[in-house]
Amino acid sequence: MQFPFLSVIVFTPVVASLIILTYKPEWKTAVRWTALAAGLIALALSAFVYITYDKSAGGYQFLEKYDWMPLLGISLHFGVDGMSAPLVLLTGVVMTTGVMISWGVDDRPREFFAFLFILASGVFGVFASLDLFMLFFFYEIAVFPMYLLIAIWGWVKTREYAAMKLTLYLFLGSVVSLIGALVMYFSSGRQTFDMLVLETVKFSPTFQKIWFLPVFMGFAILGGIFPFHNWSPDGHVAAPTAVSMFHAGVLMKLGAFAALRVGIMLLPVGAKFWAPLIMGLALVNIVYGAFIASVQTDFKYVIGFSSVSHMGLVMMGFATLTPQGLTGAGVQMFSHGVMTALFFAAVGMVYDRAHTRDIPKLGGMIKALPLVGIGVIVGSLVSMGMPGFSGFIAEFPIFMGIWGTRWSFVAIIAAVSIVVTASYVLLVVRRVFFGKMPEEFEGHIRPINTFDKIALVFLMAFMVGIGLFPVLMVPWVQSGVQHILTILGGA
Amino acid sequence: MTGVAPILPEILLLALGVLVLIVDPFLKRDESRRRFLGWFTASGLLVTLVLSLLFARPAAPLLVYGGMIRFDWLGFLFELFFLLAAGVSALFFMDAEQLNYRAEAYLLLLAATLGMCLMASAADLVMLYLSIETTSIPLYILAGFLKEDEKSTESGFKYLLFGALTSAVMLYGFSLIYGFAGKTGLYDLGGYFTSFNALSIGVTFLVLAGLAFKVSLFPFHFWAPDVYEGAPTPVAGFLSTASKAAGFAVILRLFTAVFNADAINPNWSLILAILATLTMTVGNLIALTQKNAKRLLAYSSIAHAGYAMVGVVAFSQFGMASAVFYLIAYLLTNLGAFAVVGLVGRVTGSDDFSAYYGLSRRNPGLALAMLVTFLSLSGMPPFAGFVAKVFVFAAAVQSGWVWLAIAGVLNSIVGLYYYLNVLKYVYLYRTEAQDEDKHPIAVPRPFLVGLIVLVIGILLLGTVFGPWFGFAAHAAANLF
Repeated sequence: MQFPFLSVIVFTPVVASLIILTYKPEWKTAVRWTALAAGLIALALSAFVYITYDKSAGGYQFLEKYDWMPLLGISLHFGVDGMSAPLVLLTGVVMTTGVMISWGVDDRPREFFAFLFILASGVFGVFASLDLFMLFFFYEIAVFPMYLLIAIWGWVKTREYAAMKLTLYLFLGSVVSLIGALVMYFSSGRQTFDMLVLETVKFSPTFQKIWFLPVFMGFAILGGIFPFHNWSPDGHVAAPTAVSMFHAGVLMKLGAFAALRVGIMLLPVGAKFWAPLIMGLALVNIVYGAFIASVQTDFKYVIGFSSVSHMGLVMMGFATLTPQGLTGAGVQMFSHGVMTALFFAAVGMVYDRAHTRDIPKLGGMIKALPLVGIGVIVGSLVSMGMPGFSGFIAEFPIFMGIWGTRWSFVAIIAAVSIVVTASYVLLVVRRVFFGKMPEEFEGHIRPINTFDKIALVFLMAFMVGIGLFPVLMVPWVQSGVQHILTILGGA
Repeated sequence: MTGVAPILPEILLLALGVLVLIVDPFLKRDESRRRFLGWFTASGLLVTLVLSLLFARPAAPLLVYGGMIRFDWLGFLFELFFLLAAGVSALFFMDAEQLNYRAEAYLLLLAATLGMCLMASAADLVMLYLSIETTSIPLYILAGFLKEDEKSTESGFKYLLFGALTSAVMLYGFSLIYGFAGKTGLYDLGGYFTSFNALSIGVTFLVLAGLAFKVSLFPFHFWAPDVYEGAPTPVAGFLSTASKAAGFAVILRLFTAVFNADAINPNWSLILAILATLTMTVGNLIALTQKNAKRLLAYSSIAHAGYAMVGVVAFSQFGMASAVFYLIAYLLTNLGAFAVVGLVGRVTGSDDFSAYYGLSRRNPGLALAMLVTFLSLSGMPPFAGFVAKVFVFAAAVQSGWVWLAIAGVLNSIVGLYYYLNVLKYVYLYRTEAQDEDKHPIAVPRPFLVGLIVLVIGILLLGTVFGPWFGFAAHAAANLF
């Protein structure tokens, strides 16, 4: 019997959360160290899973299966493929850096970390689940702590509104998908929620065409797809720093990933039928997100809308249904995850010191916060797809993937919007970090602490590392894509 | 002859009730009554539960005592949970003023529980009617137990009037059944009322009226909010859970035995589906506008009757099982929710949302318990409410009621909104003085025990749902 890596990864955060809840409210330091320890354990294990994943063999590895409810064919079935292994790693990274960044949370840290870790367990669970029922189970677990985290620790002005909006949107999406999943379960006639079995079921083309859209769109709401992206910038802005990181960095991938795993992989004919629509919506995401981001004056809204734009690229990669496009989308999920995590961490650090996120009021921060400035510059380069950074490795294949299809013009429009992205991120960098620092900030900007520095460097290392050595990630994703293509080819 | 096993829980309940009465005069002071009676009742119920589990497990379904009682898993499973609910409620009674030192309150609780246990296993119209009345009459009194409180008196009286009316209507339905079929055994009546004509429609509606009242199904839901609001909170909790589950047990039995599922006309399912949808929607929409936690729970419990009905509408073994599972999950969850509301109400003197300001700082553990119960009500994992909802909707989808499942999930979104809205007061808002640390809420020990039992139950049902659903499926299988 092999060591059950995935279940340990999935349940570490929730166990940590239960341990934390037994502490007294005053034991704030103990809470933080416990949280960090749990984060490091999850990170180490997910890194181990990622590194030892045998990409030449491909397929699902680290399989574990425990019968959970044989009556309906529900099992606790974990496994990762080349698509999900990077995302498990990403979750570990964001979880650990999120804890480091949140060291300063002083209002009820016990509850904060407990809820954050329940969320983390849900996220790990979705990425690792090969059982449709349990996927939903973990998916919902990832949704509800969000409400509390944003509403309690969020930005005072908009938190109630944003938290409720976000929760209702996401819940709506998940229940719509759930109905689709139940219909699939009963029509398959296999009496099992095991996705490995459901993958082999050939649903009738009409069935797939009807049900693909609700299932895909239900999940894609969490991926921020137009016209259901509206919750996302509001949610990002209202959330406290670590939650924004989690949210934009990991949760939106959760939506995209589930849309891929349940929508495209279980209903491939439907995916082919609706691909043009998804492509169109994703294009709107990319262009519209970029333009809206470019006119924002709130630092956090800029990042929020840029996430909408970047998630559009992921969806577009899916919609190409080509090897290049899917590979690009897979890398983009990881790359965007670390990038936005870094962006939100940086915004949080600036805001904690300047107490404003209004871009025109900021300036010259690079002198006081050099590492934050460097981090944001690296993030910007990733964001605009500069070669040598992970963004390029992700975006270039997506455009290549589109170019081969009959929608080449889409690639041109989307590529042009990258220019818009470049313009606004560079403008933000210049305004916030360069130029003259307003007088009221002189001498008031305290430097960031060691944990903050470690987190920033850690996140940057991934972006540069993958940019310079794509071989650190691309082969994993390609082995995952191979499996998806087999399914699509058989449809 | 089968011995006493089929009615072992009932016998023990009766004995316990008598013991409570005997013990009572020996307790000199109200204070010692207050401390003793609740623990005594609760431990007695625990013993009953254990003994029933050991000695009263049914084998194959069997009609006993001249066909009055059907000894099967459906009745048994419900009995166990009624005993649990009564035990926990007895602990909560200890924290309710004017209830806690009165032996009568505990006795009435036991009497109502006895009636419910019989309701769940009654297999004859006469037995059924008697058991329903045995349940209702103690509950009328309990609802109006606070004599000096106008609202409680109003609540008890309102409950009595509505209850008497609908049970008279139901009795008329029973007499029609007997008149036309010449039989009173539920399992002899199968096939008589399955065609869709004026007679069977009339009879079913008359019978359904009484049961719809019990489970607060639309359009017989009007009494629920007023009664729950006025009744002492632990009583309201018991009313909204155990009494409702008992009503559903009868509905499940009637619709499988008398108004046969196999032969039933599809029009019936349609009517019930519409009723379920209306119940969910009305309950949820009115709950949206509430500013009082007790009334909110009252309306939400109407909505939950609708969800459970979705499982019944599916008219399949899986559907019935999912309805049973839903009721168990709901019973544990709503008891917990009412308990928290009751405690906060007693300490702050109000059930309005404003009483919940800063609760998470006044008592973090209590706030967490409230979070668990409310999220379970809204259908979030890893709590019982999630799997329960998924199973009833799955049953609806399986039987081709996709629109009903969609109506259900849309309703649960509305539900999520108002449950979260309450949690906002608990976790987000603070009292004006922001000095919550100086006003902690103490949780009495019996209360703590009851609440821990419920929260553990909610988590167990929500995570290790396989075996629990297995029991529910077994119970449902016995019906067919």
